[in-house]
Amino acid sequence: MTTASDLSCHGLVRRFGRQSAVDHISLDVPAGTFFSILGPSGCGKTTLLRLLAGFDKPDAGDIHIRGQRMNDVPPNRRPVNMVFQHLALFPTMSVGDNIAYGLKRRKVASAERNKRVAKVLEQVGLPGLEHRNPQELSGGQRQRVALARCLVLEPTLLLLDEPLGALDLKLREQMKIELKHLQKQFGTTFVYITHDQSEAMVMSDQVAVMKNGRFDQVAPPEDLYREPATPFVAGFVGDNNQLVGEVVSVRDNLAEIRLEDGEVVRGRVASGGVKAGGRAELYVRPESLVLTGDALNEGYSAMQARVRTTLFDGANSRVEAAKGDQPVYARLPQDGSAPRLTTDGIIRLAWDPMLARVFAAGNP
Amino acid sequence: MTSSAAGRLSLWLLLTPFVLWILLLVLVPHLQMLRVSFQVRESWDSLSWGLDQYQNFFSEAYYWRTFVRTGVMSLFTTFLTLLIAFPIAWYIAKMARGRAKGILFLACLIPFWASELVRTYGWMILLRESGLFSAWLQALGWVDGPVEMLYNDVAVIVGLVYNGLLFMVVPLVTTLDGMDENLVEAGYDLGGGHATVLREIVVPWAMPGVVSGCIVVFMLTLGSYLTPVLMGGKDSAWFTEQIFTQFITRFNWEQGAALGVLLLFLSSLMVWLGLKLSGQSLRKVMG
Repeated sequence: MTTASDLSCHGLVRRFGRQSAVDHISLDVPAGTFFSILGPSGCGKTTLLRLLAGFDKPDAGDIHIRGQRMNDVPPNRRPVNMVFQHLALFPTMSVGDNIAYGLKRRKVASAERNKRVAKVLEQVGLPGLEHRNPQELSGGQRQRVALARCLVLEPTLLLLDEPLGALDLKLREQMKIELKHLQKQFGTTFVYITHDQSEAMVMSDQVAVMKNGRFDQVAPPEDLYREPATPFVAGFVGDNNQLVGEVVSVRDNLAEIRLEDGEVVRGRVASGGVKAGGRAELYVRPESLVLTGDALNEGYSAMQARVRTTLFDGANSRVEAAKGDQPVYARLPQDGSAPRLTTDGIIRLAWDPMLARVFAAGNP
Repeated sequence: MTSSAAGRLSLWLLLTPFVLWILLLVLVPHLQMLRVSFQVRESWDSLSWGLDQYQNFFSEAYYWRTFVRTGVMSLFTTFLTLLIAFPIAWYIAKMARGRAKGILFLACLIPFWASELVRTYGWMILLRESGLFSAWLQALGWVDGPVEMLYNDVAVIVGLVYNGLLFMVVPLVTTLDGMDENLVEAGYDLGGGHATVLREIVVPWAMPGVVSGCIVVFMLTLGSYLTPVLMGGKDSAWFTEQIFTQFITRFNWEQGAALGVLLLFLSSLMVWLGLKLSGQSLRKVMG
């Protein structure tokens, strides 16, 4: 293999009965990167991770780690370690014994073992906690012990199964950043699965969005956000407004769409099959929507909507408006530039058509 | 004021059956037995105090040999029961799903609807000279004549293990049920093989269940009477038989009481040792 990829899968399939939990997935993770698999619950991401760890066998397809075929290698022989959703720290062992467990299996001498346990504990910011019991630690500390237990073995690949799910919000935000730093510091390739798009976006070099056992799009977080390849990605990653209507015309990659109430809006064509006369969905992000009076930037598309309520959340404040039955959210700048809004008042929302994406409706 | 008095009264009323039980059926008989064991009968109507019964026990080899034999065989039976029960409990707790779990559990329980006597006769039907196993072996042509498999130590242990099995399986299933399967997976994931995962992760986790099962099975085995009497041979005497003989056959209550006290002492000592060696506390094991 020419690329320095730590993990490469080809045509992975795992069926349960007639349902394919993992349906022909191919992926390639370059060495030393943070790769996330993002998807709603039940999309098959945990199944995929279990295939990578070796707890489950694929019905078809190959798994290669550093160019070595792994399909028939049992989990205890794979250069892969996993951080479990509920961490699975051994409750009958001290923190030090938890971390030393893997080293013992590799027959590392006792003195060397103690040194490496102490070193990795220092690296994850918990120096001197060897003799504590895992149950005595806080959620964040346990998280770090679980990481240290894997990282001390210097695996080629570290799998993480939504390990932040059990933490409270504040700690989760903190651990997100910490995980990213730890990944950089150790240089280990991380494969992280989550249903939380913010976790995936903040930490990852590459994100794969998974739906019904398939990858919809694999891209860096920014591309995923700016250039979603499918309506599902557009709707799942970040907040988005969806407007449905009939395509009037397509010109220079810009589509004009007539909404239910007759207003015509514009956006950039993002998928094949957007043709005049067909149905289409237009996605535009809340922060792309500008509240305007009568003045309108040249080339902007605009529409009217009825104010339902304003949602104050500091820098994240938004106005909830209704376009027909469809709720539409627009960012409310908190620098004094936003006009005063009255409930049920009519506002005009405008956007740069290049920032809106149009998909043919009914496309999977 | 009145409500707290009423509360205290109802508490006492609730406790009364329990207190009476402990007092009349446990405490009083044991104290009485302890007292009788230190009595020495001088003639038909006069008693004095002394350690004669205990001296008899140590000077008469037959007594203390049976005593040690009963203890060692009980330990061995307990260990064997644990070895057999662990895989069964693991299967019920971790492998079986839904209905199968309940049915398997019931299958372990059903034999205990019959009395120990019936179960023991069941084994006798299988093992005796004219029994099923002997007939099968002859039918298969593996042996020439009838085989007697009853009336030896192996038969006694088979019967005792069978009697203890349920009491080992139940606490093991309970503790193993509460174990997160991810712990086992993590054990493999970090490089452990089957033996390592069992030794380092599963057994330490199941230790409270193991100890509690062992205590119950050991005490049941040590104090069992029917199985060793019915299935054992003339050489496989059980200590409970000695006590029975003293009380009923020889009408020597003083000696019987002393032997009973010694048996109680042995079982308490073994339970204490077991807890100490396994680092468990009685509260954790029985709670």
